[in-house]
Amino acid sequence: MTLADAQPQSISFECETGNYHTFCPISCVAWLYQKIEDSFFLVIGTKTCGYFLQNAMGVMIFAEPRYAMAELEEGDISAQLNDYEELKRLCIQIKRDRNPSVIVWIGTCTTEIIKMDLEGLAPKLEAEIGIPIVVARANGLDYAFTQGEDTVLAAMAQRCPDKAPEGEKEERNAIAKLLNFGRKQEEVRAEESEYIEHPPLVLFGSLPDPVVTQLTLELKKQGIKVSGWLPSKRYTELPVIEEGYYVAGVNPFLSRTATTFMRRRKCKLIGAPFPIGPDGTRAWIEKICSVFGIEPKGLADREAQVWENLEDYVQLIRGKSVFFMGDNLLEISLARFLIRCGMTCQEIGIPYMDKRYQAAELALLEKTCEEMGVPTPKIVEKPDNYNQIQRIKEMKPDLVITGMAHANPLEARGINTKWSVEFTFAQIHGFANARDILELVTRPLRRNNSLKNLGWDKLVKEEVEIGNGGQ
Amino acid sequence: MKLAYWMYAGPAHIGTLRIASSFKNVHAIMHAPLGDDYFNVMRSMLSRERDFTPVTASVVDRNVLARGSQEKVVENITRKDAEEHPDLIILTPTCTSSILQEDLQNFVERAQLEAKSDVLLADVNHYRVNELQAGDRTLHQIVQFYIEKARKKGELPTSKTAKPSVNIIGISTLGFHNNHDCTELKRLMTDLGIEVNAVIPEGASVHDLKRLPQAWFNLVPYRELGVMTAKYLEQEFAMPYVDITPMGVVETARCIRAIQTILTKNGTEVDYEKYINEQTLHVSQAAWFSRSIDCQNLTGKKAVVYGDCTHAAAITKILAREMGIHVVWAGTFCKYDADWFKAQVSEYCDQVIISEDHGAVGDAIAKAEPAAIFGTQMERHVGKRLDIPCGVISAPIHIQNFPIGYKPFLGYEGTNQIVDLIYNSFTLGMEDHLLEIFGGHDTKEVITKTISADSDMTWSKDGLAELNKIPGFVRGKVKRNTEKFARDRNIEVITAEVLYAAKEAVGA
Repeated sequence: MTLADAQPQSISFECETGNYHTFCPISCVAWLYQKIEDSFFLVIGTKTCGYFLQNAMGVMIFAEPRYAMAELEEGDISAQLNDYEELKRLCIQIKRDRNPSVIVWIGTCTTEIIKMDLEGLAPKLEAEIGIPIVVARANGLDYAFTQGEDTVLAAMAQRCPDKAPEGEKEERNAIAKLLNFGRKQEEVRAEESEYIEHPPLVLFGSLPDPVVTQLTLELKKQGIKVSGWLPSKRYTELPVIEEGYYVAGVNPFLSRTATTFMRRRKCKLIGAPFPIGPDGTRAWIEKICSVFGIEPKGLADREAQVWENLEDYVQLIRGKSVFFMGDNLLEISLARFLIRCGMTCQEIGIPYMDKRYQAAELALLEKTCEEMGVPTPKIVEKPDNYNQIQRIKEMKPDLVITGMAHANPLEARGINTKWSVEFTFAQIHGFANARDILELVTRPLRRNNSLKNLGWDKLVKEEVEIGNGGQ
Repeated sequence: MKLAYWMYAGPAHIGTLRIASSFKNVHAIMHAPLGDDYFNVMRSMLSRERDFTPVTASVVDRNVLARGSQEKVVENITRKDAEEHPDLIILTPTCTSSILQEDLQNFVERAQLEAKSDVLLADVNHYRVNELQAGDRTLHQIVQFYIEKARKKGELPTSKTAKPSVNIIGISTLGFHNNHDCTELKRLMTDLGIEVNAVIPEGASVHDLKRLPQAWFNLVPYRELGVMTAKYLEQEFAMPYVDITPMGVVETARCIRAIQTILTKNGTEVDYEKYINEQTLHVSQAAWFSRSIDCQNLTGKKAVVYGDCTHAAAITKILAREMGIHVVWAGTFCKYDADWFKAQVSEYCDQVIISEDHGAVGDAIAKAEPAAIFGTQMERHVGKRLDIPCGVISAPIHIQNFPIGYKPFLGYEGTNQIVDLIYNSFTLGMEDHLLEIFGGHDTKEVITKTISADSDMTWSKDGLAELNKIPGFVRGKVKRNTEKFARDRNIEVITAEVLYAAKEAVGA
């Protein structure tokens, strides 16, 4: 049927119609405005965009978020109004009310279609109002969900200073400052010597601050110093990027950012699996170490210990099957981790598959399948949700990881689901958060253990069997 | 361009999708970019739907931008036709397709050649109408389509039903308490000896639409959805309609009397006065409540009301007319229907506010300092910030506004539910204030909870201490009055003395 049958060792890739449900990439403002504390995100779009954000962000909307819609009206579409003057008016208002250090313009489908030259307007307006304006085209024509962050970070990578002003050098490194907080200068210096000599390393990907600290400390144990992180807590603290720096991604959806670092900033990309799950975290650290010629210490023990702590959760899912419908690009890493936990996976749906940026992750997936003695999953790029549901009905997986649009209907048909978006908002990176991933994955199974024997797992009337697309 | 954080009514396509997915076996295909199918998430989550929402997207991507949709839309329609065998497929334009200006009508005609189902293009323009208007139009469009289709085929029944009967028009998915209201209305009709000929769009099949003219009259419970359809049916078949929302005791009676008039005109003499009397005195507790001591305590208390036309108008009338509450202002976000709203509420409130700007609404609440707010989820959050209780009476709403328990707003049981909602909002406030008076749980030092900009006045320590002794529910007002007093007299620092001087001067 597929390549997988003929060559069981290699992963098969397919591409469907792209008729699937996912969040619009403008949703990235929801977590990025919280991460970058002095930013303001202006989404230039229509009521449709606003309605999505308002509903997707739930209660966040009531907390005076640092984001707003520049809602386009008929006059904007037909160019009866001047784009530049309109944006200037709104940005001045934002400057007056909020005084941010950066305004991020999020271009949408509408600005694409009417070809509003945001990249051209931004520098002019920036000079006029004195606030940096970063343009990210995070639209539904080109991207899915988490790729929105990728477009923003790729734009920000261009804004990273290429040299720290003298005297500020010590100050700029926000992460070091965070870790050294409250300590004496001598102690800090003494600690500097704990690091091994290696070229500067900058990590990219937006993570909650506690996770940033955890991963930074994890690398510190190996003597690796993190010189900066994109994004930082504040726009004014963007890391210095010089030619020849090393960069590494922490999330699988950051291909454009990686490309920008390599091509525009002449950095060297460390292609590693992503630090999701203890296996991923270990592989991530090992790869970074190997690039710097460092022999990693104590990682095997560390990983084994994490697995030991996970055993109660792993027991619940061992031998069970999982199906990823695909909507946030974390799918490969999560599937790899769950297979290592003893699950089988028939299908990994994914919106977009960058085989180069994810190469190391794909290799680890293949290796994991081999070591666990399970068939490699089929990777379906741009999946077709309708077809997937037919396949789910056939395969009857123990768990489907899917969007909210399908979760309740599948549950009503007796199929366990986990809402995929939670993985993007939960803390899932590093050794310490592996338990959080399994907490999410096992939740429906634990819920079912409490409810079993009640006899109401299928709650819809028998459906008329739909033939294979026939009449 | 408009700077916006929050909107009360969604974009046009949401209205169309709400109508399409209310019907049974109708499928909507959105001409939209990836991610615009957020409607499915809302329907699946808010109303906890067990079934897949019958909405898919014909995805607009770069290729479509470059070459046009070409075969894509047609293919998606015929594919859905083969997969799901719907009775009707509605092609739904979005903001994106509005600017692409592709000839969607042409796609519909081509798809119709192949598809077994009927295919329609929703006649809505993103930039001209909002969710509510689009819903009203789409319902009208579908009804008209099937009436005309039946007429062409000569299948249109012409006779009326033997017994008095009604079509209930405007019950839809994601509507505020719509399913409970529908049950209550059906019950009311049964009590009145009226058969329900059809309920549209919720749960209806498009095949039933040709039977609409058989009913004696139409009932349109909500102002926002169904009026266009009712007017169309009146024009085509001389069907009378009742558009009085039976919300609250007085309005429910008015609605029933209007029905009585219609039936009597059609030769069925009915007298509902006894029924109204019985229900008002003994089934609904609302009339009794308005006489009880509880309600007496609410007399003259200040409230503000904001929501869609239907609910804001009805609640305003209930508060003012049935409970003696002082409605400082009543408002709606249905700008397009402002005249109707003004006509409905003008005599029941001091001021009418027509605005879609949640900031302006929030400021108007802060200024009025009411004892309770009746509004949407947004006003509930304003209330939280200002420490004013809020009863949610209208969309936009959250999942908690889709209760599983029976909570209609319409009919006689609805009047009971509304009494609870209103009374509970006020007593919560009273309880709070009694706690404060008796040295309750207030440990807050400084007042920062105002929605309007913070004042620039300086308060001395003893001044603040005195201010904090004032019960919370009037503290904001005292603070403002004192500051005004001080400003008028060029007093720079407000001490306890100034506070009391101000109190004497203006009765703060």
